[in-house]
Amino acid sequence: MEEYTKPLPIRDERSAPFFDGLLDGELRLQHCLACDQWMWPVTLRCRHCLSDQLEWKASAGKGTLYSFALVHQIYHPGFADEIPYNVAFVDLDEGVRVTTNIVGTPNDELAIGSRVELATELVTHDMALAKFRVV
Amino acid sequence: MAASIAVAGLGITEMGKVYGRSASDFAAEAIALALDDAGLGFSDVDGLLVHSNLSPEMTVNLQWSLGFHDLPVLAAIGAYGSTPAAMFNYATRVIESGQAETVVMVYADAPLRPAGSAGAAYANANPPEGMDSVNVAHGFYGANVGYALAAKRHMELFGTTSEQFGAVAVAQREWAVMNPHAQMRKPITLEDHQSSRWVVEPLHLLDCCLVSNGAVAVVVTSSERAKDLRQPPVHLLGLGQFAPGDSKRTDREPGIYTGATEAGRQAFAQAGVGVNDFDFLEIYDCYTYTVIVTLEDYGFCKKGEGGAFVADGKLGPRGALPTNTGGGQLSSYYMWGFTPLSEAIIQLRGQAGERQVAKHDLALVSGNGGFLNFHGTLVLSTRES
Repeated sequence: MEEYTKPLPIRDERSAPFFDGLLDGELRLQHCLACDQWMWPVTLRCRHCLSDQLEWKASAGKGTLYSFALVHQIYHPGFADEIPYNVAFVDLDEGVRVTTNIVGTPNDELAIGSRVELATELVTHDMALAKFRVV
Repeated sequence: MAASIAVAGLGITEMGKVYGRSASDFAAEAIALALDDAGLGFSDVDGLLVHSNLSPEMTVNLQWSLGFHDLPVLAAIGAYGSTPAAMFNYATRVIESGQAETVVMVYADAPLRPAGSAGAAYANANPPEGMDSVNVAHGFYGANVGYALAAKRHMELFGTTSEQFGAVAVAQREWAVMNPHAQMRKPITLEDHQSSRWVVEPLHLLDCCLVSNGAVAVVVTSSERAKDLRQPPVHLLGLGQFAPGDSKRTDREPGIYTGATEAGRQAFAQAGVGVNDFDFLEIYDCYTYTVIVTLEDYGFCKKGEGGAFVADGKLGPRGALPTNTGGGQLSSYYMWGFTPLSEAIIQLRGQAGERQVAKHDLALVSGNGGFLNFHGTLVLSTRES
């Protein structure tokens, strides 16, 4: 694998199930047993009802492209070769909006409202990112 | 409701690429200017409200670094660009109760260094930790990306165009040309806007605010006392704050439906005014898009029609709705909510010189922060009620 030069997420004890899920090709999110809501990013208590009765559960990994933007400014040298690259918000069917990138579609063909699905990308031997592709 | 507090002093330092001074240095200078403007002295100050921002100096420790002693009122208050509404709320209470008589509010920052881009100074101010690190792993840096995502969504839903964003930038630059405090005083055209480089598409460079070193300080006292001081009083008639919150759930979209609707409703009701009563507007403008969506949410036009509403140049010096009359944060200086606040004070007093609006009794001042997650509204007037 080529050296990965972009910033890597910082895994900690609390977020480990999220990153482990991605290594298994799954988007595992916290789900509240008290109010049946899903959430992202990782949290200690439910972002809807403050319950601490949270379980880790695999999302179906399907959603809709809420919006996207094309970054031309180089904020980090690791992205310099990909300018402009897309950053997207995907609305998962579980009711959660996640920050991601859309892969497999040229930027000028991206369309808000497109159906998308999870496409995990292994970036190092122990880290994967939750990207999405248009279905 | 009759006003109980008023602005009696205003201080604005040199703005922009001014190096060799810390945020505290700028704060001290702005406070000295504001007290002098009010005809008051350092020893008159019995309340200090520090605007929390990204500068590590902007805490209650500013009391020591500036040499204030024995203050009965001291707080650092932070709600990003909506902070003025929170500060004026606090100031109202302490002045009405007699806890303090002369309250200084100050915003200061010095993020710019001789080397390095303005955007980088802000985007990399605080390296992300925890789950925020996921955002930068996907290349989501700073406010530019968040506002570009909101603007793109607005364009998709309502047909808003980049040229309509450009109309805001051009109108504000026309105002800035006449503002001696402004960093950008060279006129621009819509073509200049369209040909300025993309920062984060759909936002061109000329859709984005400046970054400034500098400070603004405001002296607030009772409306009664303000009448006996040096400057024409600027009374607080109403305020509102509303934070729509999280963007990370699909049933919420603060980027399209901001807190301006509810904060405005509260502020207008307190002031007993309607949206058509304002002589001019000072609308928080971290981006051109922010102005458009905020005008919609205050009710100047219908949701989705903000782009068409501003496209005829009505926000500019020859337009029907004078807005961001000093050039705003796009063209004058970037002091968060203290940019619109400071310009409203200058205009209401009738001290705006070449750019003075003809009628200047009632101003709407907005503040916004986060990715349109926080909103504050002030209604300021030369009138006491």
